Amino acid sequence: MTDVQVPEDQPVTAGDGTAPLLSVRAIRKRFGAVQALQGVSLDVHPGEVVALVGDNGAGKSTTIKMISGVETPDDGEIFFEGQPVHLTSPAVAERLGIQTVYQDLALCDNLDIVSNLFLGRELHRTLIPGLPKLMRKSEMEKRAIPVLKELGINLPPLSTLVASLSGGQRQTVAVARAVLWGSKLVMLDEPTAALGVTQTKAVLELIERLAGNGVAVLMISHNMTDVFQVADRIVVLRLGRTVANFVKCETSLDQVVAAITGSAEEVAIQE
Amino acid sequence: MSIQFERTLQPKSGGWVENWRDRVRAGDLGLLPVILALIVIWVIFESVNGNFLSGRNLSNLTLQITEIGMLGIGETFILLLGEIDLSIAAVSGVAAAVLVLLSNAGINPWICIIAAILTGVIIGGFQGIWVTMIGVPAFIVTLAGSLGYQGILLAFLGSTGTVPIFSHTLLGIAASYIPAWAGWIVALIAVVLYTASLILVQRGRRARNLSFLSLRSIALRCAVVVVVAAVVVGVLNSYRGFPVAGLILLAFVVLFSFVTQSTVFGRHIYAVGGNKEAARRAGINIRKIRIAIFTLSGAMGAIGGIIGASRLGSASPASGGGDLLLDSIAAAVIGGTSLFGGRGSIWNALAGAFVIGSVENGMDLLSAPSSTKYIVEGGILLIAVTIDTITRNRRRTAGR
Ligand SMILES: Nc1ncnc2c1ncn2[C@@H]1O[C@H](COP(=O)(O)OP(=O)(O)OP(=O)(O)O)[C@@H](O)[C@H]1O
Ligand SMILES: [Mg+2]
Repeated sequence: MTDVQVPEDQPVTAGDGTAPLLSVRAIRKRFGAVQALQGVSLDVHPGEVVALVGDNGAGKSTTIKMISGVETPDDGEIFFEGQPVHLTSPAVAERLGIQTVYQDLALCDNLDIVSNLFLGRELHRTLIPGLPKLMRKSEMEKRAIPVLKELGINLPPLSTLVASLSGGQRQTVAVARAVLWGSKLVMLDEPTAALGVTQTKAVLELIERLAGNGVAVLMISHNMTDVFQVADRIVVLRLGRTVANFVKCETSLDQVVAAITGSAEEVAIQE
Repeated sequence: MSIQFERTLQPKSGGWVENWRDRVRAGDLGLLPVILALIVIWVIFESVNGNFLSGRNLSNLTLQITEIGMLGIGETFILLLGEIDLSIAAVSGVAAAVLVLLSNAGINPWICIIAAILTGVIIGGFQGIWVTMIGVPAFIVTLAGSLGYQGILLAFLGSTGTVPIFSHTLLGIAASYIPAWAGWIVALIAVVLYTASLILVQRGRRARNLSFLSLRSIALRCAVVVVVAAVVVGVLNSYRGFPVAGLILLAFVVLFSFVTQSTVFGRHIYAVGGNKEAARRAGINIRKIRIAIFTLSGAMGAIGGIIGASRLGSASPASGGGDLLLDSIAAAVIGGTSLFGGRGSIWNALAGAFVIGSVENGMDLLSAPSSTKYIVEGGILLIAVTIDTITRNRRRTAGR
């Protein structure tokens, strides 16, 4: 089934009919004169990889920012685990178990890998209430290792400065940071852009492994090969609007491209 | 199936050598260059004037740098955030005036000290709120502030000009020394604290199966600290003993070094300075940190002002003026703290203050005219900032 023109107010269930973990309903966002989003709706289920595709400026990154609490929508609703949520800050989203890997990698170059993995969530001990808390540095390092191992993530020594890592390694740190916390939903904005063949493969495998562990994944990508390799469903945005929602195994590259470029309606008519 | 990158190493901590090499490659040279610079400067001045490395002169030098050192610490915090505070010297002047005027009104010297520090806290907090909440660049807020505080200083002291201090307690801050035996106890405490911290960390890492320092390298590091502590205390004891003001500075350096390196707050300062947006997305409260750091900088300015007033024995319209501001920024930057945020340490400020202080002191010994002093100091600052900029560019090109 390929439903072009998603109804804006009814949750779309996956093929198996389970309840979605994340449900975005008709969100809108205006930046000054730019109407960045004008009705975006999508669902992500546990263990599912949803690809968010669309042309440059279609509103993909903005959509992710709404879900990660970096920006707040002007209108529309976001449901998480069936409850309406108000994601007013990244901290709120993180508390719910939503983690994001941003297009512009949000890493601190001047800190080492383990500091970046735990940034904003440092393990600590209160020495004197009200005064700065003592970091538990070795404990952080110790806790990171098994999680990275379980996900098959190989990184240089964790005390390496992020500034001295390669692009792929930086991307891996960013992804690892998102998955280290037992997150329920991981969103990735163009996780394989600027990566070489081997490194792309590595990140895609990591995404599959995440979904295999029951994590819901929402991934933005311009690379249709990547999308068709890992995604279970493909949601298409055009000019800030959801225009199509494909189940991967029931669609083709042509159909997705047509939806992205705006000739989807004609395609639908021809069928 | 595991993810392979060109360097597939197990996620464990690397050796300290690799670690250090990495940091150097990333443009973080640590204390090494500034200590080398200091040695060169000392050798040059000593060869020109044999009194330079005398116990008496080094004791004077220690006293001379306490004010710059305090302001340098405040400025280091600000620079770590990637901001700048151009008002710190003017704040020290206002604090000095508050101290002296209250003291001369017959108020208990300790209350005068607290009031002077509070003055710095209030001014710093005000600037921090202005920068953070309204979003005016720190450069402008503190420059405007600096002018304003100089006006306040003039208004306080204008009719009287220079106001001398009479309180012995206040004069004693910069004029007293601890006895020789107490100096050795300080050295002992420093060595014990350092050794204990190394061993504690080593045990913690060992228990968690992480790479750790070998006993040999711990012993080596401790030996270095023992020698340094012994030489410092020995030299200072050969004159009048460890100056109290120097001890206060050292205590602040140790305290804030701990805060920046080992606390969550310190980590967040580096994160905000390294990548503000990343810090924000990681849920770090940037506003709180900014306001806190500007407040701290104001407080350090005030503490420097108190020590400066005590050393001069007065407060005057010239307090906090002259080259004090540039000296304190220079102390931080020469020490190796980056103007671009996120890189540096409190120890760097101390080392940088010694470099600036040594140059001033050495040229005084040679009775060089002020013109030469200004030119040399300006040159040193320019070199330090240039090195900072070049290593930053190298980081940018080599970094990713
Ligand atoms: N903070 C902002 N202020 C103003 N306009 C914005 C802002 N963020 C996004 N926009 C605008 O919103 C629209 C959607 O941007 P968005 O970044 O979401 O696109 P995208 O689909 O991620 O594109 P790309 O594939 O290039 O990353 C664009 O027109 C963009 O210019
Ligand atoms: Mg984008």
